[in-house]
Amino acid sequence: MLLSVDHVTRYSYDQPVRAVMQSHRLTPSVFDGQKVVNWKVTVSDGIQGGSFRDGAGDRVQSWTVKGPVSEIEVRVHGTVETTDLAGLLRGHRELVPPEVYLVNSPPTTADAALIALAEASRDAEGSLATAHRVAAAVADAIAYRPGATHAHTTAAEALALGEGVCQDHAHALIACARVLGLPARYVSGYLFATADGSAHEAAHAWGEVFIAGLGWVGFDPANRCCPDERYIRLGSGSDAQDAAPIRGTARGLGEESLDVTVAVQNLQQ
Amino acid sequence: MTQYFNEMYHGGKVRAPYARLEDWMNAMPAELRTLKQAEAEELFRRIGITFAVYGEGGDPDRLIPFDMFPRVFTGGEWAKLERGIKQRARALNAFLMDVYGRGEIVRAGRIPARLVYQNDAYEKAVAGIKPPKGVYSHIVGIDIVRTGPEDFFVLEDNCRTPSGVSYMLENREIMMRMFPDLFRGNRIEPVDRYPEMLRRTLASVAPQKCSREPTIVLLTPGPFNSAYYEHSFLADLMGIELVEGQDLFVEGEFVWMRTTEGPKRVDVIYRRIDDAFIDPLCFRPDSTLGVPGLMDVYRSGGVSICSAPGAGVADDKAVYTFVPEMVRFYLGEEPILQNVPTWQCGKRDDLGYVLDNLGDLVVKEVHGSGGYGMLVGPKATKAEVEHFRAKVTSDPGNYIAQPTLALSTTPTFVAEGVAPRHVDLRPYCLVGERIELVPGALTRVALTEGSLVVNSSQGGGVKDTWVLAE
Repeated sequence: MLLSVDHVTRYSYDQPVRAVMQSHRLTPSVFDGQKVVNWKVTVSDGIQGGSFRDGAGDRVQSWTVKGPVSEIEVRVHGTVETTDLAGLLRGHRELVPPEVYLVNSPPTTADAALIALAEASRDAEGSLATAHRVAAAVADAIAYRPGATHAHTTAAEALALGEGVCQDHAHALIACARVLGLPARYVSGYLFATADGSAHEAAHAWGEVFIAGLGWVGFDPANRCCPDERYIRLGSGSDAQDAAPIRGTARGLGEESLDVTVAVQNLQQ
Repeated sequence: MTQYFNEMYHGGKVRAPYARLEDWMNAMPAELRTLKQAEAEELFRRIGITFAVYGEGGDPDRLIPFDMFPRVFTGGEWAKLERGIKQRARALNAFLMDVYGRGEIVRAGRIPARLVYQNDAYEKAVAGIKPPKGVYSHIVGIDIVRTGPEDFFVLEDNCRTPSGVSYMLENREIMMRMFPDLFRGNRIEPVDRYPEMLRRTLASVAPQKCSREPTIVLLTPGPFNSAYYEHSFLADLMGIELVEGQDLFVEGEFVWMRTTEGPKRVDVIYRRIDDAFIDPLCFRPDSTLGVPGLMDVYRSGGVSICSAPGAGVADDKAVYTFVPEMVRFYLGEEPILQNVPTWQCGKRDDLGYVLDNLGDLVVKEVHGSGGYGMLVGPKATKAEVEHFRAKVTSDPGNYIAQPTLALSTTPTFVAEGVAPRHVDLRPYCLVGERIELVPGALTRVALTEGSLVVNSSQGGGVKDTWVLAE
């Protein structure tokens, strides 16, 4: 597919702020499943900082806005050519060893219910079959319902609630995979919502599980599939916060409000 | 009854390096000693060198006790120690470069992957970074104990921000002021080059983007930190700014310091704050001590951070066991300084042995420091031993155990006169373009009779440490 992305994040402050600092992972990953045709990120009044590819293979770019400002707009626009690799992250250059992604942070720490869910998903055919079963079990156990959870909901809380969004699905998948000794991580990116009009957000998140012999394989419990040509991968982390496409701080007492619009279109229709 | 090596009296004789000190000691009447001790205390108080003891409450400005009886090494003894310390510092840095790079030592099966990559101190954020001169840990504090004339063991490594060097410098300063004659009669190697050596080390690891005389700052968590005195003392001696997080900011590709003449670019940060607090954008989002965006500047080569975030993965007590292996693997040499034999409670066989012999062993938390959360079996009550048995059983991977070492003693002034007390040694090895250390170190002394715990947080004191010129 040839997917075009328009992603605008607008921060508004009720009082002006200064020294806004943002760290972005807003550039599509480089691997066999996707090729950037063009891509541009702009930040209103922003000064571009250093840029580098980190150990996990993500392009990181920082920005500063001196201020005082009452509004900041981060605009992402670009086109990516995608190929269906059945979830495989083939040809992705990274240095961080998979074992690093066995370490839990609070949102992915398993409680008894998550451990039980994980244990019930073991498959005699091996890690790949097990990971598929974990993803299916998470999808069954947590119904998609926007607004049921918030940014800091843990996997254990979402499972107890039985409802959540893609972030909760990904956290639960990661928690269960790690219980079974499989390295797992959080991936943020975009999704081209299908023609059937399903409500899933275009700004999306899913999980990756490391399968010996195959490498990293993506699983999206929210959509009961592995990432294919409808997906654009931006970056990864051990949990949602670690993988956030934008992390930022600002100085000042201004209360922040956020408005995000994401549109992903297929240019080959 | 354990025999302890007395560094002054051995085999019924006074050892050579201490010969003159015996005369000095015998010539000092008790009244003079009391007077001098009071003078020393007054000097320390006036300088403001204090040490707050974590978790004990009480007077945060309590003085760390200073013992006037120096500890002495011959030039020959020191030469061997120096070689061993430098070798270890080189190996530890090679290890850090490796595990944040291709991880050859793990691939070669010389250290378990779990110990490195699932370590709390491993920072994924610095993987792939090649810091200037390939150095992650620029100040390596290596804690050493002695058990015999030729027997030295490394107790632990400190690759993050080892503290205490201000005591090494102040102890010498005060001894020279109080006993100038002693220094005329003995040829003692000076230690006062340390601040300049540290400044030069920091300057030598300035980032590539810096093409002028680098601006160096010392980043402190602030006056509430127990080592704040040392931070301001070192900044002062090096002639660099002492800054807190709020004094620095990131703009564009660099870190800047607010000054009365406007922003000034900073090239090297000697940080004395922990990894977790250094940048809320990368680590703990609630930290107000650090500098937002600092890690991105660091990772894109705009500033150097000393020591590098993530350096702690080399000084973990479980990783410690593998340092001799690092020396062989990276340097192709045999370790000059030996490790203390260590049992990993995370290993089933080791755990069995440890639980069967708790009363004879020293048990430590893998990530503990400062003498907290530690069991000294032979000195512990039955209840304390049982308390530790429960802790170790419930989380074995978090503990290591070592034999109770027969730490050497040196003569120490006590209420009754002079008596042997147990000591350890912390030299500070500087790693930049070159690897160097001053001929001297911090000697910590357990002031309580029979005690083997020298940590200042546990009532230990300090001594001036001499290296005699050959």
